[in-house]
Amino acid sequence: TSQSLLFCSSSSVIISCLFGAEFRRFSLNRHKPGKFEDFYKLVVHTHHISNSEVTIGYADVHGDLLPINNDDNFCKAVSSANPLLRVFIQKREEADHYNFGAGTLSRKKKVLVALRDEGLRRRTHLDISMPHDFRPVSSVIDVDILPETHRRVRLYRHGCEKPLGFYIRDGTSVRVTPHGLEKVPGIFISRMVPGGLAESTGLLAVNDEVLEVNGIEVAGKTLDQVTDMMIANSHNLIITVKPANQRNNVVRGGRAPGGGGQSSDGPPTAHVLQNFHPDEAESDEDADIVIEGAAAPLAPTRGVPLGGLPRANGTSLAPRRPWDTALHGMGREGSTHRLLSTMRPDPRHHLVIPRGGVEEHGPALTL
Amino acid sequence: MMKFRFRRQGADPQREKLKQELFAFNKTVEHGFPNQPSALAFDPELRIMAIGTRSGGVKIYGAPGVEFTGLHNDTATVTQMHFLPGQGRLLTLLDDSSLHLWEIVHQNGCAHLEEALSFQLPGRLGFDGASAPPSLTRVTVVLLMPAADMAALGTEGSSVFFLDVTTLMLLEGQTLGPDEVLCSLPDDYRCGKSLGPVESLQGHLRDPTKILIGYSRGLLVIWNQAARCVDHVFLGNQQLESLCWGRNGSTVVSSHSDGSYAVWSADAGRSPTLQPAAATTPYGPFPCKAINKILWRNCESGGHFIIFSGGMPRASYGDRHCVSVLRAETLVTLDFTSRIIDFFTVHSTQPEDEFDDPQALAVLLEEELVVLDLQTPGWPAVPAPYLAPLHSSAITCSAHVANVPTKLWARIMSAGEQQSPQPASSTSSWPITGGRNLAQEPSQRGLLLTGHEDGTVRFWDASGVALRPLYKLSTAGLFQTDCEHADSLAQAAEDDWPPFRKVGCFDPYSDDPRLGVQKVALCKYTAQMVVAGTAGQVLMLELSDMPSEHAVSVTSVDLLQDREGFTWKGHERLSPRTGPLPWAAGFQPRVLVQCLPPAAVTAVTLHTEWCLVAFGTSHGFGVFDYQRKSPVLARCTLHPNDSLAMEGPLSRVKSLKKSLRQSFRRIRKSRVSGKKRATTASSKLQEANAQLAEQACPHDVEMTPVQRRIEPRSADDSLSGVVRCLYFADTFLRDAAHHGPTMWAGTNSGSVFAYALEVPAAAACGEKRPEGAVEAVLGKEVQLMHRAPVVAIAVLDGRGRPLPEPYEASRDLAQAPDMQGGHAVLIASEEQFKVFTLPKVSAKTKFKLTAHEGCRVRKVALATFASVACEDYAETCLACLTNLGDVHVFSVPGLRPQVHYSCIRKEDISGIASCVFTRHGQAYPGFYLISPSEFERFSLSARNITEPICSLDISWPRSVTRGSYRPQESPKLSQANGTPSIILASQSCDGSPDPAHSKGTDTSEPPEAMLSPMSIDSATSADTTLDTTGDVTVEDVKDFLG
Repeated sequence: TSQSLLFCSSSSVIISCLFGAEFRRFSLNRHKPGKFEDFYKLVVHTHHISNSEVTIGYADVHGDLLPINNDDNFCKAVSSANPLLRVFIQKREEADHYNFGAGTLSRKKKVLVALRDEGLRRRTHLDISMPHDFRPVSSVIDVDILPETHRRVRLYRHGCEKPLGFYIRDGTSVRVTPHGLEKVPGIFISRMVPGGLAESTGLLAVNDEVLEVNGIEVAGKTLDQVTDMMIANSHNLIITVKPANQRNNVVRGGRAPGGGGQSSDGPPTAHVLQNFHPDEAESDEDADIVIEGAAAPLAPTRGVPLGGLPRANGTSLAPRRPWDTALHGMGREGSTHRLLSTMRPDPRHHLVIPRGGVEEHGPALTL
Repeated sequence: MMKFRFRRQGADPQREKLKQELFAFNKTVEHGFPNQPSALAFDPELRIMAIGTRSGGVKIYGAPGVEFTGLHNDTATVTQMHFLPGQGRLLTLLDDSSLHLWEIVHQNGCAHLEEALSFQLPGRLGFDGASAPPSLTRVTVVLLMPAADMAALGTEGSSVFFLDVTTLMLLEGQTLGPDEVLCSLPDDYRCGKSLGPVESLQGHLRDPTKILIGYSRGLLVIWNQAARCVDHVFLGNQQLESLCWGRNGSTVVSSHSDGSYAVWSADAGRSPTLQPAAATTPYGPFPCKAINKILWRNCESGGHFIIFSGGMPRASYGDRHCVSVLRAETLVTLDFTSRIIDFFTVHSTQPEDEFDDPQALAVLLEEELVVLDLQTPGWPAVPAPYLAPLHSSAITCSAHVANVPTKLWARIMSAGEQQSPQPASSTSSWPITGGRNLAQEPSQRGLLLTGHEDGTVRFWDASGVALRPLYKLSTAGLFQTDCEHADSLAQAAEDDWPPFRKVGCFDPYSDDPRLGVQKVALCKYTAQMVVAGTAGQVLMLELSDMPSEHAVSVTSVDLLQDREGFTWKGHERLSPRTGPLPWAAGFQPRVLVQCLPPAAVTAVTLHTEWCLVAFGTSHGFGVFDYQRKSPVLARCTLHPNDSLAMEGPLSRVKSLKKSLRQSFRRIRKSRVSGKKRATTASSKLQEANAQLAEQACPHDVEMTPVQRRIEPRSADDSLSGVVRCLYFADTFLRDAAHHGPTMWAGTNSGSVFAYALEVPAAAACGEKRPEGAVEAVLGKEVQLMHRAPVVAIAVLDGRGRPLPEPYEASRDLAQAPDMQGGHAVLIASEEQFKVFTLPKVSAKTKFKLTAHEGCRVRKVALATFASVACEDYAETCLACLTNLGDVHVFSVPGLRPQVHYSCIRKEDISGIASCVFTRHGQAYPGFYLISPSEFERFSLSARNITEPICSLDISWPRSVTRGSYRPQESPKLSQANGTPSIILASQSCDGSPDPAHSKGTDTSEPPEAMLSPMSIDSATSADTTLDTTGDVTVEDVKDFLG
């Protein structure tokens, strides 16, 4: 079966299931994945855990652990697999609902370790926070430390097909200074792209003044500099704005909206990003994709005279097999790679799949 | 977590001290030719030359290495400059009618230029009442009368004013108005017309009281300033352009707007002289252009030189830039490629000598300086030791090679000498020899390579202050271009009259833009180099001391790799000449690789030890084994959606070039149409109006504010496949146990490809590697998440130091790298620097420059910085230039910011784009273009700075001049200043500090007092009879005097 898998066409998807420390592999037809119910049955069957309730999750192309619990997201999971789909199974009573969502796979490691320790720290969850089946796209952060007139918005770009979708421009704003009111140059949001991420959050609007980008004040910087800063941070953009519309501000400490106006007209004093965890952000954008080229073919071809260009071409010498690319293309180096290497006992097994195929991870099944 | 945010950089005082010992930013020298020169002056006593520019710059040159630079506070055009001979002082006139006095001041034995005084001509009179000087209009000419320490200013209003040079104050009683002159003229000449502006003022070499005044209308007057009377009048009727007064005072030569010149005899006794002794239109009989300047120099051997600019027949050669040199029957029309600014002869100026005996003619052109030896038959050009026209063809790329081995240096020198043999005669040496270069002989040789649009690579000696041309390599000979026949035809067509002679090397017109040099790399140990150009040509060359005739091996490499759906819409590739071709001694081509499609080469790198060259275009990259002359690898980097990549030389760029050309033409036109002094207020207004009319549309554009889209880069951005950098390294790519040759490539979209190479190992060090195919296997592909263009890749060894260049380690020229493992690769993108471990590419350290500072990386280089305090302490750091023109230095591999300096104005895009960093060398310099013709040299190291250190033997009879207006000066000081000039000279000969000329003495005198019109001097000397309180115009003054 492994040989047939090797030359699998683009229509089949390799499913790699992980339950505890056990791998199972099988393949599915991409175009006819079937129903979730059948898939669930198949999974519990192949893992011989038919008697227990499990939650099924998968690693999406961004390395996020997302749930599979209905036909739609099952379909999405299979169609996005390219061609390998990594599926994670947890017993429902052990499952940590907070584990789903963006950037979760990197934290998952700890959970896995915890599972191995068999520490059954059973907790009952009251799902009163973020619905775990959804991925956050934006949030308002640091409300407690910012002046009421300001708003710090975090846009989560990852995994979102939408464009960020806004434009900025130069402008002037009026500031309260010791010398009275003063006009100072500022950066403003000039346009929102309909259907873009920025517009869909409803947290940013045209004519909002941009005060900070990821904790760095924009005062004194040119429009081009601020543009570059925003693009450089676009994977995890945190902008502090002074909304043009000040009527929707958070009311705090019993004060009337706008009551604290005089104290808070200036930019925030310190660049504290309280809810911005550097570690988290780092792991997000550290995720440069590393694709290992196949160094293996070197040995057999050594000594063979290379006649001319087509043979000498690196790409033809080392063809990038589709599954090779897919496996690593979907892994985010910072997280998945490490995750996989912790799971695999043999350190020699890097992300390269040797010629032999995929069978070394246990029984491979074909549906 | 919070610590991360609040971590202070460099709070450690010890580190701060160390940083001060390692880093220092200095802009040291400007190499090349001053941009837009506008004025020229020569001091025959000190033998120094000054060039003024349109942006207010003043540069003084003497012997090679003797350079002074100054800049006026206002960026106004320097219209005239005059040296006070022997004093090291220079009077400049700007087009805002201000006069400035510059002094060369010695401090601690070395000299520098500073502005001492400035004087704004009082345009109108008002507040000061009686004591104020009479009104001056625009100054047209300046004459220095050094004997009397006076300057005569000729104005547009036909008056001549006199100025005390030491104080820059008007001598009010001495003004010569037009009426004093008019009254000595016969009535029929006067006939109610004005004399016109003063066109020329000339002094008498032997009789300092006399000056020759030429008025625009054609009248010439010899004025005796001491007796205040008119000595002689020449009633010229042709509009005057310039004058020259012969050495003995008996001959006056005038040049005119109709292209004629006239010789007048002053000996005739009877004044007024009505007719010139001789009048000629040299390029007649058809209408000619004006002769703008004329010089008359007599010779001991009999006869005289007449040297003049302009005067060409208007219809046939009106667009030529010519200087004619006539001696007896010999006439040579020097044909220059750019506008003539001014010219002078180097000749005897001793009053007791009977003859001028000119040795050399120096012509300042808009784009170069040409010096001709007038004493050698044929008047050959003298090669200039500095002021090299870097831009003789537009500079398209540059590279610096530090610490060049002496052997290679000598070979390049000898190749250059064979190319342009030095004139044998000793007399034809450079005539501008003033001052002494006190700078130490450079400890190491630095080579600056510039690639040009015409396919040449020029080698410059960048070791010292003066950038000296060494050798010129032309790649055009290898290719067939269309323009060759046309050239020879043009040459044959013009051989009779006028006797044109092409002079100078400024030639901005490229035969074929495809020849343009895009990238250059030179291996200083093997004298092999690679030159890559606009049409995808990659040329391997090798230095050979002997001329030879051989065929060049030609290979083409398809970088598209049968990628479908792409058709190249750009230029065709160059067709190489086949068969054996003759090659002169120097760099001779061996192998030509042509990329297909023939897009411009964007990156190139050379590994001479492995005999491999890697090259990249906007479509992909390749590796070529030039020993076996066979391709090793070709890889396409195109994104399937990238349509722009196939447009050829970008259409956007093309249109930019076109518009540049148009604006050049506009500038040209305005220059040509404007007369010598076209910048009057009205013409400026016209110019401004014309500009407004031309750009009528931008008004509408400005209504909508500029806005910027915030969107992360996507994979299919256009031009994502452009290869930005290539790099060879011997490192650990496949596993941590074995290292081997690797090749790295980085693209515009943040992709990095790493290939493992199988290179047959050389048996012994230094030997050529054995025959056998080189193989390349893809080892790693890294896609940076932020997708910013990768600008540099470097591998760091186990100790965090960059790997040495080929042969450095094997020849014991550099410390061998630590090959025990623990290597890391530094990938610098436009947005961030990142160090990854090898062979497992995982991020180790990083610095996100753009996210923090909002600036983007333009150039990076790894460099070793040596400490000033400790002889053998050095650190390897990463230097980078940002799009804002700032230079940042980061530690390696920690990537901690160390220092940053602002270096280039952020608007100066070409300056930022042209910046080159030197990779090695203690005196860590960089270069960038401050104009198309000038490189600014900057240094980042606290050690070894290349800057002009020189002295001048100045004789400055200061006590005499200063004593006259400063009676309160202490006698002691005045005595100190009164040291005879000979002793002063000998003092500065030793290079010892000269107290009399040191800055301290200068600053003890308050110069402000001299500038004030209310000072004692002006009050006492104010015997003005003018008593008007309102605004006074020229007419008022004329009325009053009349």
